[in-house]
Amino acid sequence: MNSATPPVRVIKARRSVIESVRRDLRTAPLTAWFGMIVILLYAICAIFAPLLAPYGESEIVGKAYQLSSPENWLGTDQIGRDTLSRLIFGARNTIGIALITTLLSFLIGGSLGVLAALKRGLLDQGISRVVDAFLAIPVLIFALMMLAVVGKSLINLIIILALLDATRVFRLSRAVALNSVVMDYVESARLRGEGMGWIVFKEIVPNILPPLITEFGLRFCFVFLTISALSFLGVGIQPPTADWGSMVAESKSLISFGRPAPLYPAAAIALLTVAVNFVVDWFLHKTSGLRDGH
Amino acid sequence: MHPVLRTVLQRLGLGIVTLLAVSVIIFSSLEMLPGGYAENVLGQSATPETVAAFKRDLGLDRPATVRYFEWIGKAVQGDFGSSYSGLSGSMKRDVSATIAPRLYNTFFLAAMAAVIAVPLSLLLGAMAALYRNSWFDRIVNSVTLTTIAMPEFFIAYILVYVFAVKLRLFYPNSTVSIGTPFVEHVYRAALPALTMTLVIIAHMMRMTRAAIINLLASPYIEMAQLKGVSKSDVIRHHALPNAWAPIATVIAFNLAYLVVGVVVVEVVFVYPGIGQLMVDAVSSRDMPVVQACALIFAATYILLNLLADIVSIVTNPRLLHPK
Repeated sequence: MNSATPPVRVIKARRSVIESVRRDLRTAPLTAWFGMIVILLYAICAIFAPLLAPYGESEIVGKAYQLSSPENWLGTDQIGRDTLSRLIFGARNTIGIALITTLLSFLIGGSLGVLAALKRGLLDQGISRVVDAFLAIPVLIFALMMLAVVGKSLINLIIILALLDATRVFRLSRAVALNSVVMDYVESARLRGEGMGWIVFKEIVPNILPPLITEFGLRFCFVFLTISALSFLGVGIQPPTADWGSMVAESKSLISFGRPAPLYPAAAIALLTVAVNFVVDWFLHKTSGLRDGH
Repeated sequence: MHPVLRTVLQRLGLGIVTLLAVSVIIFSSLEMLPGGYAENVLGQSATPETVAAFKRDLGLDRPATVRYFEWIGKAVQGDFGSSYSGLSGSMKRDVSATIAPRLYNTFFLAAMAAVIAVPLSLLLGAMAALYRNSWFDRIVNSVTLTTIAMPEFFIAYILVYVFAVKLRLFYPNSTVSIGTPFVEHVYRAALPALTMTLVIIAHMMRMTRAAIINLLASPYIEMAQLKGVSKSDVIRHHALPNAWAPIATVIAFNLAYLVVGVVVVEVVFVYPGIGQLMVDAVSSRDMPVVQACALIFAATYILLNLLADIVSIVTNPRLLHPK
């Protein structure tokens, strides 16, 4: 998601990108700085996981349920894998899967939303009514039901969540695109005889990008938390993939023995979502007052 | 017809249509699977005869429309058919009988959380709005922003670690059964209820604060202040009549959120509620149970939102005193 942050500036200030980025960063509040640094650290963990982790992702290094020691800083899990290494690999898997899902949902929901705003008429009505019905069902409940129908697997999880989330993205992108479609610059582009592709990518998209990027941060958090919750419930990402949600579930019995083992992966999840929220909150204050920060 | 009544009826109608649409979606989820549910569960090695027999056992051999009307017709009477598990044996498990005690437990837990969270967060949210930009408001703002972003199970395990493991005030698992006395039930459900309270207080406070700030910024409040109306009168006669709608929306939104959050919290505390039942049924792909749970969750969610809309319609001063 650190790749999601810079483009706003690129779009907003075409004249001198570096200067305006520097100016924005200077005025950034402490919470936003904290958020950005945490996100950067997570990104480093995710990208360089094999270099940073002391052991392999599913390498058995000792006995099960070892306490922390110089060899295994955070101890070992239920079959003797190094908890710290699994945490680091978990960054790659959990964040990666959430990121792919969110990108997919923006691809589907965003393009349908812009299309519906441009074409209006029956197409818009049709998609909007279907989306309305889906919005009436909580995502977690619907995802659970669909996973029961199609069976639990990674591909199913990504597709189901992307489609469900796309209904939420559709709503916002349609709303902001509708505001943009009626503007004079779109009208003049039409009169100039520009094609559909030009109108969408050169006129509408650059103008609706700031709210969509803010939404991307929030939707990423939501998808990330939903995937973690589903994995925690045992129907999301399946073992032996190192994933924070399932790691919480696997180590939950240890807490009764006074060991905070499930707290590590849970804290890893919480810290990232808090960081993204801080950055998004800063963006919300900076960009238009389209949404009140809640 | 009185405009209030007309708007309420319109909204009720819309709510019923939504409920029907959602029930169709939930029912047809089973039909959407390419290749069919029976073929998918039995795997590729199943012979056509096995698939046919399996479908007959589950009642899937009849047309979908017939099954939908049968399902929804019985569901509104509280009968959700029989579960897939133990179907081939002599013992047929009745879904409604399985759900009923668990539904009571879930509503017990949700009610406990709501009773603590609703008044507390309305009060704190209103205070944060009235003393905007004070240190109190700032602390509340960053604390709530932090807790909102946390997964339920993180808060749950912190509470377990502190209150059950270190301080030994509560049990880490909230086992209750049908015979559990009321006080014991409250005690055992305290930690899960506290978790959900913390989760929704953050949401509710932020929304209450935003709603009240929004309200206080409206021109008629400024007008009243400029006229020299006293502060308490501004709140009682100008702000409050218009505040019921946003407050109702905030409460309903968060109670609906509670309904979903309950799934994870129940699993953390091994609390025998409907959320845990649904998760178990998902793992065993027991569709009648899954669909019944999904319908109950979705219906609660829709009805809460409907209720909020109706409260905001009936308390809307513009509709109550039409020109």
